[in-house]
Amino acid sequence: MPSGRLSSPGCFRQSTPPVVLMTELTSGSSKLPRKDSKIRARAVRGYSDLTGDVKSKIVEQIGEQHARLANRLSEVGAIIVIASGKGGVGKSAVTANLAVALAARGARVGAVDADLNGPSLGKMLGLMGSQLEDRPDGVVPAAGVSGVRGISTDLLLEEGAPLRWKGPSHDQFVWQGVTEAVALREFISDVVWGPIDYLIIDIPPGTDKIGRFLDLVSEVGPSHLQPDQVLLVTIPSEVAGAVVARSATQLLEGGVPCIGLVGNMAGYVQPGGEDILPLFTGPSAREIAKAVGLELWAEIPFDPVLGSRTDQGNPVGGEGDSVVARVFSDLADRIEHGPGGRDEDK
Amino acid sequence: MKFLCVQCDEVMSFSDRDLPGDGTITALFSCGACGRDMAMLTNPMETQLVTSLGVEIGGRTVPEQPLQQTRSKLDAPRDDAFVDEAEPVVKEDEGSSAVSDPEFIRIRVTWSPEATDRLGGVPRFVRGMVKRIYTEYAQEKQIEVITPEVMDRARSDLGLEGM
Repeated sequence: MPSGRLSSPGCFRQSTPPVVLMTELTSGSSKLPRKDSKIRARAVRGYSDLTGDVKSKIVEQIGEQHARLANRLSEVGAIIVIASGKGGVGKSAVTANLAVALAARGARVGAVDADLNGPSLGKMLGLMGSQLEDRPDGVVPAAGVSGVRGISTDLLLEEGAPLRWKGPSHDQFVWQGVTEAVALREFISDVVWGPIDYLIIDIPPGTDKIGRFLDLVSEVGPSHLQPDQVLLVTIPSEVAGAVVARSATQLLEGGVPCIGLVGNMAGYVQPGGEDILPLFTGPSAREIAKAVGLELWAEIPFDPVLGSRTDQGNPVGGEGDSVVARVFSDLADRIEHGPGGRDEDK
Repeated sequence: MKFLCVQCDEVMSFSDRDLPGDGTITALFSCGACGRDMAMLTNPMETQLVTSLGVEIGGRTVPEQPLQQTRSKLDAPRDDAFVDEAEPVVKEDEGSSAVSDPEFIRIRVTWSPEATDRLGGVPRFVRGMVKRIYTEYAQEKQIEVITPEVMDRARSDLGLEGM
């Protein structure tokens, strides 16, 4: 695991993205000798020399997509991203419980299951069986008993069906990534979230997925939109910590100003008690946070009750006085006081 | 992608397209100066890549519906994932036909069994959108029952012969 190579970013507002320095290699490429060609000899104009969209309306349609996304996000108080880079660390469970904890405090919360291939948020938030109401201005998201509204491929796919897209069966890798990026955009832009305080995005495993989401929201111009707060979830494991470090690097290089580490499965709550017993032998979330250079926002012990209730679509959130409920309540409080939160500390 | 008529140094404009149904596209571009036409032919993979962006070459002939890309491309969509917008509330004292609306009186539109059967033949992924188009047409024309004849008239009036 890298040790302290990232500067501690804290949670400050950054008005401009970090300057990206062009490499000497890139800047020097224009000095390479160019071959003469018939095209150059005839001074044929290049793509950038031609203005307009030659009436194919592609650019116009892309512009409409961006405008729709911007319009939808204009009603969102804060974008909260839950990511890791590593799979199996409990991102979706953290997402569901945090969303419910925020909703219980009176916040209006929407949740996007960006894990199109392995959706679970629909079930965890108790949305299964709901239908999405079709309206001219978008589809109305499903709502669970907690009041959290959500969208997930869980709600769109036949029971038990894997995510597959229509299209040529060979070389699907060429177009599937684009298709999924557009589907994720639609999950945000085409859903009638209404005015909400928080839109929580559950990002699937893979550091590339984090980059894909950053690209998506950065389409919303003219300012370079960023998530307001990002929670990187890890477990007490050296391997998970190493992947989280990569994710943190990607986020920091992308100019995301507010990133916190959440340690999941940080020990085991003894049934009926308060004692937390060790669950993993790897480095603690606090040690990983220090090594990666992030602030530790929460350590969530494993609690079978929380696991069971989340599986049943009834997350604990901050309800009750259990250890995990208190942790989620504190985490919700932190989000509320963070950038974009309802009680943002100015 | 743009096309330049090298002889005229003129940007060629999109003028027509054809979708043979085998996954390919033929798009015609014309030079406004000399009138020369050029056909762009895409193979199914290239077509898929463009349509994966959620766009259509030449623009849309029918309005885009929410989650258009997602619902039209899913291979195994849930049949009942979507439900049409709730019917407008009917005022009790005005019978079953009228509701208040700032622009026109919206009526409750029903579908005849024959029209329903015909709608069932529309591919599932666009059925909701097609149903909405016909319903809005009927409301605008104050037609209470949509029949196959009404659907034909709507297709003709709205230029939807391809649907």
